[in-house]
Amino acid sequence: MKEKQNISVGIDNVEAADKIAGLAKYTSDIVIEGMLYAKTVRSTIPRGTIREIKIPTLPKGYYTVDATDIPGDNIVGMLRDDWPVFAAHHVNHIGEPIMLIVREDKAIITEIVNKITITYDEAEPTFDFTDSCEQLSFQKGNTKKAFKEAKKIIDYTYETGYQEQTYIEPQGFIGYPENDGVTLIGSIQCPYYVKHAVMQTLGASEDLVRVIQATVGGAFGGKEEFPSLMACQLAVAIHKIARPIKMIYEREEDMEVTTKRHPAKITMSAAIDADNRVMAIKSHVGLDGGAYIGLSKVVLSRGMLASTNAYTIENVTARGDVYRTNTVPNGAFRGFGAPQMIFAIEMFMHHIAKDLNIDPLTFRKAHMVKQGDLTATSGVFRDPVIMNSMLEEVLKQSNYIEKVKQYQHPESNKGIGMSWFLHGFGFTGSGEKDKIKARVRLKKDEQDNVHILIAAVDMGQGPKTTMRKLVANLLDYPIEKVIFNNPDTRYVPDSGPTVASRTMMIVGGLLARATKKLQDQWVAHQEVVTEESYEQPSYVQWDNEAMHGDAYPAYSWGINVCEVEVDRQTYEVRVRNMWNIYDVGKAIDERIVLGQADGGQAQGIGYGYLEVMNHREGKIMQKNMTDYIIPTAADTPPMENTLMDNPYPLGPYGAKGVGELTLVGGAPAVALAIEQAIGKKVHTIPVTPERIMELIDNE
Amino acid sequence: MSEKISFELNGQSITITLSPDHRFLDVLRKHLNIVGPKEGCGEGECGACSVLMDGYIVQSCILPLGSVHGKKIMTIEGYRETKRFKALQDAFLTEGASQCGICTPGMIMATEYLLSHNPHPTDEEIRHGLAGNLCRCTGYNMIIKAIKRAAKEGEGLW
Repeated sequence: MKEKQNISVGIDNVEAADKIAGLAKYTSDIVIEGMLYAKTVRSTIPRGTIREIKIPTLPKGYYTVDATDIPGDNIVGMLRDDWPVFAAHHVNHIGEPIMLIVREDKAIITEIVNKITITYDEAEPTFDFTDSCEQLSFQKGNTKKAFKEAKKIIDYTYETGYQEQTYIEPQGFIGYPENDGVTLIGSIQCPYYVKHAVMQTLGASEDLVRVIQATVGGAFGGKEEFPSLMACQLAVAIHKIARPIKMIYEREEDMEVTTKRHPAKITMSAAIDADNRVMAIKSHVGLDGGAYIGLSKVVLSRGMLASTNAYTIENVTARGDVYRTNTVPNGAFRGFGAPQMIFAIEMFMHHIAKDLNIDPLTFRKAHMVKQGDLTATSGVFRDPVIMNSMLEEVLKQSNYIEKVKQYQHPESNKGIGMSWFLHGFGFTGSGEKDKIKARVRLKKDEQDNVHILIAAVDMGQGPKTTMRKLVANLLDYPIEKVIFNNPDTRYVPDSGPTVASRTMMIVGGLLARATKKLQDQWVAHQEVVTEESYEQPSYVQWDNEAMHGDAYPAYSWGINVCEVEVDRQTYEVRVRNMWNIYDVGKAIDERIVLGQADGGQAQGIGYGYLEVMNHREGKIMQKNMTDYIIPTAADTPPMENTLMDNPYPLGPYGAKGVGELTLVGGAPAVALAIEQAIGKKVHTIPVTPERIMELIDNE
Repeated sequence: MSEKISFELNGQSITITLSPDHRFLDVLRKHLNIVGPKEGCGEGECGACSVLMDGYIVQSCILPLGSVHGKKIMTIEGYRETKRFKALQDAFLTEGASQCGICTPGMIMATEYLLSHNPHPTDEEIRHGLAGNLCRCTGYNMIIKAIKRAAKEGEGLW
């Protein structure tokens, strides 16, 4: 198959015209005749045993739904099955769901919910990093020996806070009974995660649970595993009441109880030799898992795998723990553990250079990964690494070296910071092969329309456009004849969750193969169906126990440069400019990739200096978008983004992953810029005016 | 206590008998089946529910129905029939300014307000004009480019 035109040239997003006109149907826009509303009754204490629940006499037509109504397991099926659908006896965090109240009138339900009194036997909650319930570690080379022989040892500790996904559309589902089973329509990333979780909770067979994706108003990982919890609750309610029911969170509820980015504490230690080279890095990352662990272990693993980032370090010891605390469970968020670690390692390399009195850029460059080097887990960087030419380009665009000199002046109040990074795509190690086992299907109907049948969700990142474009381009066929509807588990095979920047590289790769097959079997005006399932590239060797080998088949790469100005009176930070450059293999659509870049960078720098979330005694203190500040149009700087062409042989048209890459470097870039502007080392994000004041006053 | 409230919605006269303290967003979405305005935060912070009231941008989630009496309301449902909308839609498409799209109808209404008061805004003026409309997907830059494009290509419309 020949490439007919450069696939990267941007086309109009196929869903956007309707979205702009207000015609797209999001979950809360869907109305079903006779539907009821559900609202959740929640724990008000961080830890204890439920002694008594007093419910006022309910008028006719009200229902309560709780753990006693669950026909199957009272557990939300995800990676570690420790998360109950409804708290039955014990509660482990403020906001833990105990029951649903269901009725026609939303306003009156809220009154009832407010009148329910629950008494508890309170227990002592844990908020610190003491109760480790997941541990991981890996080794490369001989760290012990390197530390023994080191000329100098440098240690630092870094801390990161919560980050809320803050999708503008809150979590929501609407569901109804269908053929003895339930059908759920929701704002979700992973139709099959939801389906499997609901099957387990209802004790129902495959044919009785149907899950359909509505238009998704943003997700960013926040709609990866959390929707399974809501779906299980709603499915139990529909099973009990046999009516359509809608459950849409209000912003306050969404902020208080949904999963967030794990706060982290990361300690790093480097052994330095006589030539000022890093011989070894030892790191430990502690993640606050919250009350239930869910998929936190994988977040931990992702974080640890980033512990040497885009640097080649000969000897590595990485350890990590997920700690259980009596706080809201933390979970998936774009970057998945990497943003915490990449903040730490980027600051660390900079701080080492400063302590050694050498130019940070020269020092970091001397350790940069080259093709053929070994990864932190002794896998191989097989494909061309073009970071040097990317660096050259971004240094030129940003005038970085000159500005670093200019801003050394303490009165300049300006700073420029640079981060560089990599991100591996798909599930770690053999996860795609052993756990996900993706399947895709293409169907050509008798009118010769080609239907893409995959479970991938368009939550704004564009697969509706890029997948149709991919198939149309490969077939040299009009894109209008390629159809891709929102996934419905009744019709699409399980191509895996829409996570881990895997959609184009893994699912798109399979679709490209299925397209080739379709082309070979094409008979006009006849139905033709082709399928493909995942096969791991033969060179990928991964030992999951030892965390040894190729964690990912390939990596995407990026550099962020960020320029700031800090007000000397108020310590307010203004981000003035950003320059960014990426190697994502081949962009299937430049406009979409550049949109991912802008958005990911805004989230990344927001994480670094703006977005404050914390809890007091287990209670999240930020209730809404007034308290939890995400960047506005006035906060976000102009951004120059450049895409390199470096096709990956196994990706469709050479494409690698994009989505997470664009977020992971933002925080260290902005933090390093602030560090220069204020002339103090930064160890904690977000770097708020309060923190800047502390750093300056603690002189 | 229900009252008769009359207003003009997208050029049509509406009279509705409801308590005047109903949130206008709920009246639009639930009673009038106008679902273009979205609820993102419910407290006037995110701008997803933005509509025009006598030409001014307002957040319908914190607007009591009573305040709408005698006013002219324009939502995306009415606005999308205009030439100005077409210019904005084309520009938003060309620049990739809508991703998940949940903020977009509100963003479009805010843009109309901005351009009707300032047909040739600078980047800085656009940034401040949109500061009441949150978007978590785009980082805003493509929206800003789209507005500049619409202002240029739709010259004379505003």
